[in-house]
Amino acid sequence: MTTMAPGVLVPVADRPAARGRWGSVLRTPVGIGAGVLLAAVLVLAVVAPVVWGAQAEAVDTDAILQGSSAAHLVGTDNLGRDLFARTMVATGLSVRLALTATVLTVVLGMLLGAAPLLLGRRAGRLVTAGIDIAVAFPGLLLALFFAIVFGVGATGAVLAIGVAGAPVFARLTSTLAAGVASRDYVLAARVAGVGRFRVLLRHVFPNIAEPLVVNATIGAGGALLAFAGLSFLGLGVQAPDYDWGRLLQDGLSGIYRHPEAALAPGLAIVVAGLAFNLFGEAVAKGIGLTSAAGVVRGRRAAGADRQPATERGPVAGQPVLDVEDLSVAFPGAGGPVRPVRGVTFSVGRGEAVGVVGESGSGKSLTALAVARLVEAPGEVTAARLDFRGTDLRTGGERAHRRLLGTGFAMVFQDPMTSLNPTRRIGHQLAEGARRHQGLSRAAGLARAVDRLRSVRVPEPERRARQYPHEFSGGMRQRAMIGMGLMGEPALIVADEPTTALDVTVQRSVLDLLAAIRRSDDVALLLISHDVAVVREVCDRVLVMYAGRIVEDLPADRLAAGRHPYTRALVATVPDMAVDLDAPLPVIPGRPVDPSAQPPGCAYAARCPLASDRCRAEDPPLAADASGSRVACWHADEVADGALAAAGAAREEVA
Amino acid sequence: MTAVAPASAVGTPSRRMADNPWLAFAVRRTGRLLVSLWVLVTASFLILHLIPGDPVRAALGPTAPAALVAARRASLGLDRPLWEQYVDYLRGVLTGDLGSSLGSSLPVSRIIGQRLPATLELALLAFVVVVALAVPIGAGMGVLTRGGRRRGGELAFSSASTVVGAVPDFVLGVGFVYVFSVTLGWLPVAGRTGPSSYVLPVLALAVGPAAALARIVRVEMLTALRSDHVRTARAKRLPAWQVNLGHALPHALTASITLGGLLLSALVAGTVLVENVFSWPGLGSTIVSSILEKDYPVVQGVVLVYGAGVLLVNLAVDVVLSLLDPRSVIRES
Repeated sequence: MTTMAPGVLVPVADRPAARGRWGSVLRTPVGIGAGVLLAAVLVLAVVAPVVWGAQAEAVDTDAILQGSSAAHLVGTDNLGRDLFARTMVATGLSVRLALTATVLTVVLGMLLGAAPLLLGRRAGRLVTAGIDIAVAFPGLLLALFFAIVFGVGATGAVLAIGVAGAPVFARLTSTLAAGVASRDYVLAARVAGVGRFRVLLRHVFPNIAEPLVVNATIGAGGALLAFAGLSFLGLGVQAPDYDWGRLLQDGLSGIYRHPEAALAPGLAIVVAGLAFNLFGEAVAKGIGLTSAAGVVRGRRAAGADRQPATERGPVAGQPVLDVEDLSVAFPGAGGPVRPVRGVTFSVGRGEAVGVVGESGSGKSLTALAVARLVEAPGEVTAARLDFRGTDLRTGGERAHRRLLGTGFAMVFQDPMTSLNPTRRIGHQLAEGARRHQGLSRAAGLARAVDRLRSVRVPEPERRARQYPHEFSGGMRQRAMIGMGLMGEPALIVADEPTTALDVTVQRSVLDLLAAIRRSDDVALLLISHDVAVVREVCDRVLVMYAGRIVEDLPADRLAAGRHPYTRALVATVPDMAVDLDAPLPVIPGRPVDPSAQPPGCAYAARCPLASDRCRAEDPPLAADASGSRVACWHADEVADGALAAAGAAREEVA
Repeated sequence: MTAVAPASAVGTPSRRMADNPWLAFAVRRTGRLLVSLWVLVTASFLILHLIPGDPVRAALGPTAPAALVAARRASLGLDRPLWEQYVDYLRGVLTGDLGSSLGSSLPVSRIIGQRLPATLELALLAFVVVVALAVPIGAGMGVLTRGGRRRGGELAFSSASTVVGAVPDFVLGVGFVYVFSVTLGWLPVAGRTGPSSYVLPVLALAVGPAAALARIVRVEMLTALRSDHVRTARAKRLPAWQVNLGHALPHALTASITLGGLLLSALVAGTVLVENVFSWPGLGSTIVSSILEKDYPVVQGVVLVYGAGVLLVNLAVDVVLSLLDPRSVIRES
């Protein structure tokens, strides 16, 4: 907010963009079709009375109530007038009346909808309450009511349909206007003393014009159908005038002898109604799509498929989870995008392995892929994917249901959305056990209560009968962990389990996970962006960058990481010794776009040690004597370079 | 670390209500129903007074003798003060006395009693057909087209449902009559005779809303299938049918109910048109002929019945919603 001048604050920049979007709608097949159809209806409405007017009125007593023939395409009525001509001519009146009613609806609706802004709070609430009651009644019923009041006939019907549509339009206007009215530039204009009416005209209406126009277009289709309905009932257009509804009514009485007389106006009603509807919906969809589209404009990186050699990590006895060369691909605009590329690791019995990396590094997707929870169109490939010695790649979902359902527990990030809001907690816990362990309803519930107690949920009997929204955040997450303990899990995969929680309860959830691991000898795969959390809970840490593991090292040696990215990541964590006056360090640059992976090391663009070799060739993940692994051409030079990296990071911010 | 307690209220009665969200919901919802009913009754009372000019003169025609007009005005109570008429009308509505028809002199309540069952049958059967068609089709299409699968099927479904949904019920009725009665001769053209006479009116009423509802159910199903708690259900390794039917579908239906309720009340209004296509002896043909004959007591009575029907449908929707989604009762209305 640099200036208070009201004229300057209007976001004029929106306009050309909006015009471009309308243009782009007309280039889609549905948009073109609907546009052409609508244009044809509108042109016909103007032209038809001129072209067919005389023919439609020509009485021919020799050709009364005829069926279709070469001379009369859809036959004649009881005065021998040509029904094709009459149907065409009726376009004029039908469309004109519908548009008049729509204009009335829009004007009334905008006035009523803007009332809360114009009249102030108290009067505005009264209007809103009135609108709320009126909206509950279907438009046709309101139209009937007003048709009684305004009287039978075309004018009465226009007023009736126009007024009947107003409440819905008013609701739309007030909802949209309320969204705009609280924005900064509108508030600024009000502070600057701009009048309410002027604010409405200059600031609010221009910004909600687009959805209003779209809805008015769809509304015009509705008005056209409603008008046809009223005329069909005999409450709308009266003889000698005629519109499609009137023609349909006349035709229905003789449907046995010449059905064309009823079918032709019926078809006309459907086509014209569709033209307005489809056009409005095509525009609405076009606008909606464009605003949501930061569409992946990916070009496939040259060496994306080439997997550099990877050595296996440390394996102690039979691992619980053994993953080799795991990749996940999604179809993209320019070929498949691979957010996870050739990941190899294993988790031993009772071992806690952390996975760290920035958002978008592929760590959560790795967890989902390992759990076989990636759905189409995502595609998971792996050279090995063993859980407790069973190959998960072969056999369908059905084959491993019991194994995974009892032995493989998942804990997701947001316990509020991850629990089913409409089911009681106890039922949700028991559900899996009843299926996989064959427990009865009562036994399942008893087990659920027992598990809730084991994850330290107080009063578990009462809590099991409650819904998730009656739980606090930390308790929901513990219930989620309890759900994983219903079977005898060998592995808990926890995907950012504390990120959505208050700092005060994060600790208790982490302690719980650690305690379960110790007491039940359960392995833990903990995904987190928080290096401090992982360092504390885990034995070993996998550092991921751009869908690859770049380093695999013991948690207590994180500070002595050999990969420049590990070093940079650790440097971003403040500790007690941090100088509070200095800016917090960050990693310069941005993570790589998964749709545009470079041919060499993905971190090269942000790495202070990057050389030509780094940019050309992706380093393999190589193991050293201790079993730690690192993927870096300069891993041995890092020792003195890391400080420079951290220093560079600090300068970047300063 | 207790459950999320509602913000504690100040007074004791409201505290008690806040403690029991169901009670608060019942009080709030009943209050809204009563206000809406009052608005409805008042609107129906005002019909006679909002009509420009003299409704009695308009009904009897310009040639009617002045004495007859005065007598008719007196019988309708139009010569008394407005507030007195209003009180009388309210009392009449509460006791079920809605006056007598100007044309047949029959009590309006008896006319409604004779006509309402036929309309209710039509509306309820149509509603059953709408749900029976829309939920399996919409949910099935949602499962089949999730995550961008089967683009062709998705396109075919959405275009077909848009076109079908845009055909007004009375035009569809005329088309059905042409195909099934005139051309094929399978079903009766009009009237309420036997079970076969129900088929066309019910279908004409149901097909459009069914197409619209199926679209809504599909979209809500897609949203539900993407949600975190369905992922949790999959992580529990439940079979696909249990994930889809037990976890995704209830959510999709709950989300569809609000819009479905709008469709249902539109169905109540749709009976007016469809009854006129099929000469169905229900309220729809009654209200149209009374409007044309300017038989205002009957018009007022039928408007009341339709309006009350819509309000009851809305109430039913809110109650069903609150049972399916316990969170909705604590939401502010």
